[in-house]
Amino acid sequence: MDMLAGKVKKTSLNVDSTMNPIDVLERPIRLTARDVTVHYGAKQALHGISIDIPDRAVTAFIGPSGCGKSTFLRCINRMNDTIEGAKVGGTIKLDGEDIYAPALDVVELRARIGMVFQKPNPFPKSIYDNVAYGPRIHGLARNKADLDEIVVSSLRKAGLFEEVKDRLQEPGTGLSGGQQQRLCIARAIAVGPEVILMDEPCSALDPIATAVIEELIDELRENYTIVIVTHSMQQAARVSQRTAFFHLGNLIEQGPTEDIFTNPVNKQTQDYIMGRIG
Amino acid sequence: MANTASDHIVSSFTDELNALAQTIAEMGGQVEVAIENGTKALLKLDRELADLTIIADQRIDDMQRKIDDMCVSIIARRQPMASDLRSIVTAIHVANDLERVGDMAKQLARRSLKLENINLQPTFYNGVKNMTALVLRQLKDALDAYANRDAAASVEVCNRDDEVDAMYTSLFRELLTYMLEDPRNITTCTHLLFCAKNLERIGDHATNIAERAYYLQTGKQLTADVQELHRTQIKA
Repeated sequence: MDMLAGKVKKTSLNVDSTMNPIDVLERPIRLTARDVTVHYGAKQALHGISIDIPDRAVTAFIGPSGCGKSTFLRCINRMNDTIEGAKVGGTIKLDGEDIYAPALDVVELRARIGMVFQKPNPFPKSIYDNVAYGPRIHGLARNKADLDEIVVSSLRKAGLFEEVKDRLQEPGTGLSGGQQQRLCIARAIAVGPEVILMDEPCSALDPIATAVIEELIDELRENYTIVIVTHSMQQAARVSQRTAFFHLGNLIEQGPTEDIFTNPVNKQTQDYIMGRIG
Repeated sequence: MANTASDHIVSSFTDELNALAQTIAEMGGQVEVAIENGTKALLKLDRELADLTIIADQRIDDMQRKIDDMCVSIIARRQPMASDLRSIVTAIHVANDLERVGDMAKQLARRSLKLENINLQPTFYNGVKNMTALVLRQLKDALDAYANRDAAASVEVCNRDDEVDAMYTSLFRELLTYMLEDPRNITTCTHLLFCAKNLERIGDHATNIAERAYYLQTGKQLTADVQELHRTQIKA
C-alpha cells in the first residue's frame, strides 16, 4: 500500500470493494479449537492447532499426506480416544462446551458430531437398518412410524431415497460406491447431528459419484456445520467456504476459500496449491 | 517473465507458463513496432510502411488467438491456482489490450493513405509526434511492469496516464486553432485529431495493462486498493 501513497488518482473506475464475498467467519462459531496438540507415543503429530469453525458452512482441511489434517479431524469427535498411546492436549469446544471434559458422554458427542469416512462402510445389514441403527440405539423413535419417518427423511436429505425406495430391505453393501457413501451420510444424519466430519469422502469414488456427493454437501451446509478433509484441492475449492492448510502437523494458513486459492499469503501454501517444489 | 516462485513439480507446466510469457512479450514487441511504424507512415506519408503496418496487424491478431488457445488449454489441463491462475487470466486480458492497440496502429497507418496530396507541415504534426513518444513509453513501461511483476512500476504508469490525457487536450486545442486560422487546414487537422484520439486510447490500454500487472503481482485490484487507501487517509 505504501507505493500508492501520494499517487492516488482516478477513483472513478467502477470497482466496488464491497464485491468481496462475506467471510463466513462472521457467522456464529460452532467449534473452537485452541492450541490442540496430539502425541502418538513420543511422536508429536499436531503442534498447537487453533481454528474457529463457523456454523452452517463447509470448512476444508487440505495438505499433503501425513500433515495432520485427518488427525485433527478425528480430535473433533474424539476418535483419537480409541487409539492407544494417543494423547490430545489443548481445548476443543462445541458451542462453548469442552468436548474433552471428563463428564462428557462420548457416545452422545459422536451423535452430535457425525463422521463419514474415506471408504464407504455400510453395516452388513439392509439399507433401512443401516439408517435406523443410530436412532434405535439412541432411542430417538417412539414407534415404528417414527423410525420410518427418520429413515425416509435421512435418505432424502442424503439424496438417496429416490434411488433405493423400492429396495429398502436389500443389503446396503449391494449399492454402488457412491450410493454406499450417501447411505453412510444418511446414517450420520439420522441421529440428528449438528456437525458432520468428512474424511476424504470422495477419494474412492468416480467423478460422477463425486459430483453427486459435492452437490449433497452443498445442500447439507444449509443445516449442518461441515468439516471436510480432502486431498483434492479442486474439491476443497469447489465445496468449501473456508480452507485451512496443514503442513507437518502445523496449521499454516486459514482463510476464505477464495483467498486461499487465488491469493494465499504464506509461501508454503502457495507452493502446495500451485504444485510447486517447496 | 521474472519468476521468483519455485518451479512446479510437473516441469512441463512451468515450461507452458514460460512459453505463454514469451509469446506475450513477443506480441508486445510487435505492437510497439506497429505503433512506431503507423505514426511514421502517417507523418512521412509513407505508403509502403503503411501497407506493411496494416499487414503486420494480422500477425498480431493471430498471436492474440494463439495466446487465448494457450490459456484455455492450460486452464483445462492444469487447473492453475493462486498466482498461476492470475497469470493466465492476466495473459488473456493483456493479449486483448495489445490486440486493440494493434488495431489503433493499423488505423494510424490507414489514415496516412487518406492523407495523400496533403501538405503536412511539422507545425501541425509535432504534437502528434510527441504524443506518440509518450504513449510508446507508457506502453513499454506497462509491459515491463507486467513482465517483471513490478506493482510499484504499474502504479506509476497508471498515474502518468494523466499526462497523456493532458497532452491530448492541449493538442485538441492547438489543432482547433490551426483550423480557425485557415479553413484549408481543416481536413489535415481533423485527420490528425483522429490520430491523437487513437493515441490517447492506446494510453488507456497501457494503463489497463499496468492495472493487470498490479493484480498479477498483488492479487488485488488496483482501483479497489486506491479506494481503500482513500478511506484510510480520510480516517487518519
